[in-house]
Amino acid sequence: MDPSWRNRALQALAVAVGALPAASLIVSALTGGLGANPVERVTHVTGDWALRFLLLSLSVTPVRRLLGWSWAAPLRRTLGLTAFGYACSHFLTYLVLEHFFDWQLIVEDVLKRRYVTAGFAAFVCLVPLAVTSTRAMIRRLGRRWISLHRLVYLAAALGAIHFLWLVKSDLREPLVYAAILTLLLGLRLGFRLVGPRTRKPTPKAADSQLSRV
Amino acid sequence: MLIRRADSIESSEITSPDLFLRRREFLRGAGWAVAGAALAPTLACGAEEDVHPPAPAAGVTANPFRTDEETTAFEDATRYNNFYEFGTDKTDPQRYAGSLRTRPWSVAVSGEIGKPGMIDLDDLLRPHTAEERIYRLRCVEAWSMVIPWLGIPLGEIIKRFEPTSGAKYVAFKTLLDPEQMPGQRSRTLDWPYVEGLRIDEAMHPLTILATGMYGQELPNQNGAPLRLVVPWKYGFKSIKSIVEIRLTRGEPPTSWNSQTPREYGFFANVNPDVDHPRWSQKRERRIGEFRKRPTLPFNGYADQVAHLYQGIDLRKHF
Repeated sequence: MDPSWRNRALQALAVAVGALPAASLIVSALTGGLGANPVERVTHVTGDWALRFLLLSLSVTPVRRLLGWSWAAPLRRTLGLTAFGYACSHFLTYLVLEHFFDWQLIVEDVLKRRYVTAGFAAFVCLVPLAVTSTRAMIRRLGRRWISLHRLVYLAAALGAIHFLWLVKSDLREPLVYAAILTLLLGLRLGFRLVGPRTRKPTPKAADSQLSRV
Repeated sequence: MLIRRADSIESSEITSPDLFLRRREFLRGAGWAVAGAALAPTLACGAEEDVHPPAPAAGVTANPFRTDEETTAFEDATRYNNFYEFGTDKTDPQRYAGSLRTRPWSVAVSGEIGKPGMIDLDDLLRPHTAEERIYRLRCVEAWSMVIPWLGIPLGEIIKRFEPTSGAKYVAFKTLLDPEQMPGQRSRTLDWPYVEGLRIDEAMHPLTILATGMYGQELPNQNGAPLRLVVPWKYGFKSIKSIVEIRLTRGEPPTSWNSQTPREYGFFANVNPDVDHPRWSQKRERRIGEFRKRPTLPFNGYADQVAHLYQGIDLRKHF
């Protein structure tokens, strides 16, 4: 199979998969399936998927390194942007449906409620990553792109902490995310210590920037 | 025990059909918000036209026993519950509470009373007439409902057991049975769930033991067959599926306070001026409404209960 065709098919599949939770949410909304507190449900679902897709995007490189799946490399950006899409929806749901643009309440929340501080900080980290996700930006920033995109570790950690700090007593789900994140970060550290392996051939110069970290 | 029939519910209490239909409009709008973030400002403007305006903050009525605010839809009151004995998701209790056997049911009454003993629930209730009480219920998580309960004033029941002068508090305990209550297999809380009130709070006319709601028996997920309702306190004080009532000299332990004392106090009076350490208590979402509404001191029952706390620093004794 022609690799660029395969790449495009893979990307299309990734985008489709990324859209599934949103589609499911919309269907639920239209059929009254969001339950008694729809705003809470939408906030939780979008937050869940932001975190999940972020962790998925962080798992691409370890999986690629461990299993040699070089074709997976372009997925990292798709998954990251999907995560950003859900993070935006999550943040907007909070701004609009939770607080109705009451900026005083919002500022108070961000400053005083530590779980909101963590969540807001996570979102702020993701914004420059989304903005610089294009090939043009990668070319323009060069090595600085790699340094900037290390922010994704901080974003993921803040996202996990945000979740941990908002639950009342059932820590199980947040701890699972924290454990997965720890594992992924541990693997990354492991790779750095082991040193760069022979690079699998990648089609374009821009892509080699993506796959280097 | 006499239970009022469904036809004794006033028509003003029935959720109006157009509000129910408008909820769909809101949900449709929420769907578009997820789909198109850019539409958000338009959505906020558009949806407001559909919205049923929240009851005025002074929705406290002349009759504290029966608020005239819109009651929450039965469907919502029975599928959005915090009853961790059946799981920690809001929809878990409806899904899993079917396994709860509510008969036969006994309540152990003990402590500083003249007549301790184990009493069958039907014997406990028989001498009393259940009354309808339409109360606001405010969860510590900042959502609320208006529920038409059927219940008996707790004070009436306590009097039957001849409390001694040493009875300063009333302690309650929920059933402990992980077979019937699958959530008790996880240690999300220290089971069994326990709660307590000061004796004057327990004897207050607003405090009831509820056996029904919406004109019928309590559904399992709402704390069948017997639960406490203390409308001026956060919902976690209104302990469900009670198997023990004990009158004590000292302040009894309460589950959420034991779990996280910094966040959940013994009194747990609804108070917009005392925030939860992790979120604000100034506003709440009335289930079924779109916009949030301001939270009222003592959940709007200040006229009836504020005197119980005179001279107490409500920030310290939260």
